[in-house]
Amino acid sequence: MNSTLFRLVISQFKLFFREPGVVFWSFGFPVVMAWILGIAFANKGEVMRNVAIVTENPAAVSALPQWLLKKTGTAAELSGESELEWEVGMNKGERARFRFRSMSEVEAVLSLKRGQISLWIEGSPGTNLSYRFDPDNADARLTYLLLETAFREKKSSELKAGIRPLTMVGIRYVDFLIPGLMAMSIMNACLWGIGWNLIELRIKKLLRRIVATPLRKSIFLFSHGLNRMILSAAEMLLLYVFAYFYFDIRIQGSLLALALVFLSGYCAFAGISILISSRVQNTQSGNGMINIVTMPMFILSGIFFSYHNFPDWLIPYVEVLPLTMLTNSLRGIITEGIGLAQVIQPSLGLFGIGAVCFALGLKLFRWH
Amino acid sequence: MTIEVRNVCKSFKDVDAVRNVNLRVESGEAVALLGPNGAGKTTLVEMIEGVQIPDSGEIRILEKSWEKDEHFLRKEIGLALQETRFQDRLTVEETLGLFAGFYGLNQQRTREVLEIIQLESKRATWIVHLSGGQRQRLALGIAILPRPRILILDEPTTGLDPNARRDLWKILDDFKSTGTTLILTTHYMEEAEFLCERIVMMDQGKILADGTLGQLLDKFGEGDLIEYVIDGENPAAEANTLSGVLSSCWDAETGQGILTVNSISETLPKFLDLIKSFEVSLTSLECRRRTLDDLFLAMSGRHLDE
Repeated sequence: MNSTLFRLVISQFKLFFREPGVVFWSFGFPVVMAWILGIAFANKGEVMRNVAIVTENPAAVSALPQWLLKKTGTAAELSGESELEWEVGMNKGERARFRFRSMSEVEAVLSLKRGQISLWIEGSPGTNLSYRFDPDNADARLTYLLLETAFREKKSSELKAGIRPLTMVGIRYVDFLIPGLMAMSIMNACLWGIGWNLIELRIKKLLRRIVATPLRKSIFLFSHGLNRMILSAAEMLLLYVFAYFYFDIRIQGSLLALALVFLSGYCAFAGISILISSRVQNTQSGNGMINIVTMPMFILSGIFFSYHNFPDWLIPYVEVLPLTMLTNSLRGIITEGIGLAQVIQPSLGLFGIGAVCFALGLKLFRWH
Repeated sequence: MTIEVRNVCKSFKDVDAVRNVNLRVESGEAVALLGPNGAGKTTLVEMIEGVQIPDSGEIRILEKSWEKDEHFLRKEIGLALQETRFQDRLTVEETLGLFAGFYGLNQQRTREVLEIIQLESKRATWIVHLSGGQRQRLALGIAILPRPRILILDEPTTGLDPNARRDLWKILDDFKSTGTTLILTTHYMEEAEFLCERIVMMDQGKILADGTLGQLLDKFGEGDLIEYVIDGENPAAEANTLSGVLSSCWDAETGQGILTVNSISETLPKFLDLIKSFEVSLTSLECRRRTLDDLFLAMSGRHLDE
């Protein structure tokens, strides 16, 4: 009995280690991910929390920022395009980092929609100072609490500030979230719907059977893309209808721009999925390949929280990820009301990514 | 000439799967590629199907080549692969309809094929609920959908129970009357004998023998066999002197002996008298005609089902 068990266990180990793909996705992939994410986020210190100081005339050296700066013990002036960073020691040796920018209310609203700031401060020192943020946004709430604690640490007891919740449509956390979820749904529809499907067909040898017919390979691949595009459009529509009725989310911008962004995002991820599925021969490797593409974007592309909280050096790389481009464009159309002209550049980028990946994938594609 | 394979070689890493094979198949012929696993049958038919590209040599089908006339040839060749798992949650009729669409065929042809493969009662059944035999019949149905001039079946009955195998043979036997050229790979000699007039025996990437069953039996071995197992003294030397015995062999360890004879009816009574005179116990006796497996064993030292 023990000998049988031992033999079974040993033979299963042998099967496992004789499949290099499985070994990599089981052992190599988690280590590689830990290394990449560790490099990206280790030793970055406290997250930089972006705060806007809203004044009537942001170009001028206004009273509120100067008063705040005095309280925070920083000497620099804050006006116009300039930014000011404040790192403050908290109790128990912890530190908090803030970056202040002076701007108008209109600019603050836009920055909030884009996730570039967590909250803004407005009003007059000592009287009716207000923190403006969406109480449902956990990140904004944390920024507020840290800022309050920091001011208290600096004994700014005369700072009498209150919270004025931002709950108007367009700048709530849910307004930020829904476009991100739409983008993620497009990515998943392509990578799992097209990529995984093709891998499965290859494993079943059905791919080989199909290409032995007169059906043109391009039509076969196109049919998969078209099918998923229709399903993905239906998914997006359903999500939007839900968001419309339940969260009162309205598309502020051009529907044409929305269609273009959807199409370009879809093309980008369809191309990526063809490339991913071009050579994979078993489910473990397929699963790993799809995860290696989706996971970093899932974390970095600002679906659930703003990527502006990541280290500054990382942000330019994050912004060229297809999911980031798609999310930002969808967010721009839905919450900011941007039009066709503003989405042409990211859409071209997405079409380009799709075309390159599709061409490469088709070249590498193994039909049997 | 329907298929012409000239000096074709194919290797995978350090394995020579097909070694300098030459094969000509005329229109309407039914040819069985017979050999054990690893003989090179599948690689050879995959090259004929245009799935694999030969390392060297040339393959011409219907006077055309895969490089120049792929689209034409795809329409003319129907094939059933060794193992294809169709989509579990499509029905039989939907699956046939899908493939019919690839060939530009209408629903009428789908219904005809459903009848040919005897799956009308399962037309609305999901593939996942079909038995192994029914799935193989569906694979055959897809292969014959376009009324192909060449039908290639790669081990179509492997893994099926004897009843399912016979059902498939019957369908194929009926289909042969349409004049389609049939190429069948198998390691079942009964299948090759039943379905094909011509048998090509392969082993280790080479063709060992090629001909009709009668030609092969005449060329590579004559006589019928008396196989016996005895418990006691060896009578092989005496048995060899019996009239009509062509050869004999004996395994002392197992007590098993084989006599090759001109005529079983002539030699068997004499052999039984001999056994009686030796006063040994006969534990097993089988008289049979020589089979393809015997020929294959003689040529390659291996059985077909290895």
